[in-house]
Amino acid sequence: MSPGNAPTPGVARETTGSQLVSLAPVHKRNTGTAFLPAMFENMSVNLSATERRVATLATRRTVKKAWQAAWLIRAIECIDLTTLAGDDTPGKVERLCAKARNPLRADLRKALGLEDYDLKTGAVCVYPMMVATAVKALEGSGVPVASVATGFPAGLTPLKDRLAEIRYAVGEGAAEIDIVISRRHVLTGNWSDLYDEVRAMREACGEAHMKAILATGELKTLSNVYKASMVSMMAGADFVKTSTGMEAVNATLPVSLTMVRSVRDYLELTGQICGFKPAGGIRSTKEAISWLILMKEELGNDWLKPDLFRFGASSLLGDIERQIEHNVSGRYSSAHRHGLA
Amino acid sequence: MNKIRDILNTMEYGPAPEDDKDVRAWLESHKAGFGHFVGGRFTQAKGKTFAVTNPANGEKLADVAIADSADVDSAVHEAAKALKKWQALSGNQRARHLYAVARHVQKHARFLAVLETLDNGKTIRETRDIDIPLVVRHFYHHAGWAELCDTAFPGYEAAGVCGQIIPWNFPLLMLSWKVAPALAAGCTVVLKSAEHTPLTALAFAEICAEAGLPDGVFNLVNGAGETGALLAGHDGIAKLAFTGSTEVGRLLRRQTAGSGKKLSLELGGKSPFIVFDNADLDAAVEGVVDAIWFNQGEVCCAGSRAIVQEGIADRFHDKLRARMEKLRVGNPLDKSMDMGAVVAPVQIREITARVEAGLADGAQMWQPSWAQAVTSADGCYFPPTLFTNVAPSSALAQEEIFGPVLASMSFRTPAEAVQLANNSRYGLAASVWSQNLDEAFDAARTLKSGIVWINSTNLFDASAGFGGYKESGFGREGGREGMLEYLVPSWQKKAKALAESEPLPAPVPTPGGDTAGLDRTVKMYIGGKQARPDSGYSYPVTGKNGKHLAEVGLGNRKDIRNAVEAAHKASGWSGMTGHARAQVLYFLAENLELRAAEFAGRLADAGASSSVARREVEASVARIMHYAAWADKYDGAVRAPDKRLLTLALNEPWDVMGISCPDEAPLLGFVSLVMPAIAMGNRVVVTPSQRQPLAACDLYQVFDTSDLPGGVVNIVTGDRDSLADTIAKHDDVAAHWYFGSAGGTELVERESAGNLKAVWANNGKARDWFDSSQGQGEEFLFRAVRIKTVWTPFGV
Repeated sequence: MSPGNAPTPGVARETTGSQLVSLAPVHKRNTGTAFLPAMFENMSVNLSATERRVATLATRRTVKKAWQAAWLIRAIECIDLTTLAGDDTPGKVERLCAKARNPLRADLRKALGLEDYDLKTGAVCVYPMMVATAVKALEGSGVPVASVATGFPAGLTPLKDRLAEIRYAVGEGAAEIDIVISRRHVLTGNWSDLYDEVRAMREACGEAHMKAILATGELKTLSNVYKASMVSMMAGADFVKTSTGMEAVNATLPVSLTMVRSVRDYLELTGQICGFKPAGGIRSTKEAISWLILMKEELGNDWLKPDLFRFGASSLLGDIERQIEHNVSGRYSSAHRHGLA
Repeated sequence: MNKIRDILNTMEYGPAPEDDKDVRAWLESHKAGFGHFVGGRFTQAKGKTFAVTNPANGEKLADVAIADSADVDSAVHEAAKALKKWQALSGNQRARHLYAVARHVQKHARFLAVLETLDNGKTIRETRDIDIPLVVRHFYHHAGWAELCDTAFPGYEAAGVCGQIIPWNFPLLMLSWKVAPALAAGCTVVLKSAEHTPLTALAFAEICAEAGLPDGVFNLVNGAGETGALLAGHDGIAKLAFTGSTEVGRLLRRQTAGSGKKLSLELGGKSPFIVFDNADLDAAVEGVVDAIWFNQGEVCCAGSRAIVQEGIADRFHDKLRARMEKLRVGNPLDKSMDMGAVVAPVQIREITARVEAGLADGAQMWQPSWAQAVTSADGCYFPPTLFTNVAPSSALAQEEIFGPVLASMSFRTPAEAVQLANNSRYGLAASVWSQNLDEAFDAARTLKSGIVWINSTNLFDASAGFGGYKESGFGREGGREGMLEYLVPSWQKKAKALAESEPLPAPVPTPGGDTAGLDRTVKMYIGGKQARPDSGYSYPVTGKNGKHLAEVGLGNRKDIRNAVEAAHKASGWSGMTGHARAQVLYFLAENLELRAAEFAGRLADAGASSSVARREVEASVARIMHYAAWADKYDGAVRAPDKRLLTLALNEPWDVMGISCPDEAPLLGFVSLVMPAIAMGNRVVVTPSQRQPLAACDLYQVFDTSDLPGGVVNIVTGDRDSLADTIAKHDDVAAHWYFGSAGGTELVERESAGNLKAVWANNGKARDWFDSSQGQGEEFLFRAVRIKTVWTPFGV
């Protein structure tokens, strides 16, 4: 983990960083561990305390002016620009990919002094049938294509079909696979089966990075969330991800705090690093900043980069664009002033 | 050099200062200095003044006048002048005023938050999100009490003019905790602000004027300890409420002894923060942040002693250190700070001295890597500090530091955790972290502290009582129990003075006794056994027409010591169910009634007419039954600050109490005091009527036949006041009820300051024990318990 932010009374620490902003991954991939129930089985998460912590996260920290602008740029870089709808067509996906390559109006980039900065979203996230289209549309951009798989969103197709789906998406060129875990294994406490399944999925992913979607809205308790997260990491997940976006309740801060703490515990216990992706329901800049604060406070600056942190979102980018325009011009902006995804 | 790229590399927060220009303008408009707020008007800032500084940078913010005795006189005079009209308002009318104050405070919320931050050094996040919203909540809540006061407290009225002295750590919040209940009860107020932080109180005075609060209802004087002493000592106040250090609380207890003033003290603490091995450790770490790094640790109820189960202690401390590294300390107006400035340089010196003493004691200190930058910065900053390996005997574990310093030690078993937690002279608050509610509630019940937060810390609400056990003071603020601190039974103001009792006859042989029957020896009763006096002396008891009735043991300090020890051993009584205690009391009533004629004879011998004697026995039987009835019903309350917060106001016994009985009504007076005390689970050391102890002493035979366990009631005969002196000075007695002379009241109140026991005394005033509105009722039950507020957030 990176060292904490060392504050100086009264003033912000002078920044002395290099002008080159590197987002390249610096850590080794999580390889997982053997199935070790002792790592999670006694965990009991206190809901009220978790809620109190998240309630004050965004009241204890804030970013203003240039810092706000920079943090919003970083938020854009962490977005998995997503379309997961039954009516997706190649045209729609191509449009999304164009936006991923060019997420912010040129004049705004220029106003921030980022005209020659390679600004793009973290990834584009689509269904397996759309992977090929996206890969083609993003060729040369450096934006990876992520594909959901494994019978998304319910994950209730036969395991062999779910694994085949992963292989298909990888074969089409997906660099990242967002799998869904079997909620039934969590709800029945069948942790070893959960481990075996996710392990198998990780193997099917091969070189592609695997994000394990816990569908926390269906796991209900934070203790379940923690345990499912820990088992997924033990089984080799590169990311743990909150939601499919299709559950009744998707990404929330309490759930995120619980998962982020499981990532921290996993690091502490195994020395291995895992990323985190909240997905579903994050629409406003304010929420995005809260999540970035959560990552910085609970894990550190390494988790403020797209190799360890992603937002799964479709409409968030639009709000960020408007806020950046406000930051630059002092005028409240309108959605129609920014290009659609 | 591109700033945005730089930030993208460092991902720092950057500065986020709250704008203070409107507050600066307000300070500028008061550049001539602040006077006091008396009778609805501000006085000129003349005479001696003191400078108020911003601890974040040492700049001077204002000059404020120091109140001298003329200023205090005039403020008390104005409060007294306003009292009658204020008290005569209907509850609804007073409620309208309190509601208006709440509204106006709310309208100026951000102004007050910024001003508080400038004055005190606490972060804008805390003043904005915690202090001021709680102030507003307190006034709204008490607007409700004003409305309901007459119906909720029948037979009570306003105590009168209140002197109130508040500390510098939560200036406006402590003001609201004092002022709101006083005004709701119909009292008027003279408040002394804290010397480091008078500004929000001055702003509040302006707000009262803006909100149309009648002149003289709220008066404000400024100054330091001398002004406080002038106010506390003023004859014109009927009630003194103080929040501050235990040391000053003790001074005020002594100063007000015998004055007849009601007193409530909310004092220091060294509150334990217990972490069991099955706790949600990350949650508990965050709890520590809210416990000891809240308000720079300048919190009376700060969880300053971590008591961590040994098996997880290392892991917990590792997590804690990682968390500390992430804290941000600095400009309190910056919205991204966790800690601001300590209130004044003197406090930094105080904290530093205690930290150095801790190092000398051999405890291990840890501070974040950036601590040096904080320490060497301009302004009053102290870094968050963790001591591990702290021995319970170390000063770090015993003494209040009032700074961001956590002392941590480990425990092995739940019982040991509570034992360590209770190993303190203080008893303000405790925090218990466990995912096992059996474990948590068991600790909550056995901890000796006025507040217990389960899986939480520093939760406050106007509806829930706040106040301590032991040397953390007595009295509660908030809730129904807080209102009672500002009310007195209506009959009491008209109570007549008792005649001073003559000294006891010399403890020497007295010829001329009744020698007809077999000689009866009246003994003391200690630990369920009859006991001879340690002194070996007896004094004569004389009855009607000077007739010699008996010799009674002349108890001394050793008898009291033995009685207190016996009472402590009888702890099983406090653990019995209310039902079981009720059965003993009913049995006692039954057995007393069986022997009614004999007791009536005793009372008649003592001087009562035979009809009065009969009536006294009948009344005594009825009174025992009254408290038998209450034994399983005066059981506390559930507060409702939030639907996912089970908040209990538990009525707990004092454990061991001293009771000095009045001379009059020798049987009924004894029964009226002892029965409510033991019905609530206390064990008592009681001195019966010194003149006529025989009826009370006969009662021990009734006790013996009524299954009353030995040690629950211990009777020591002798000179009331010299025994009361020993009781008052006994540090293992938590409460003392004294019904004797004015001089004895003064003595008991003064000497009780040693361990700050709660004293209930009659100030030499008569009480009609036969009148059930005076001789029994909620007042007795309320005084027989101390309220523990237990907060349990829950949810899955």
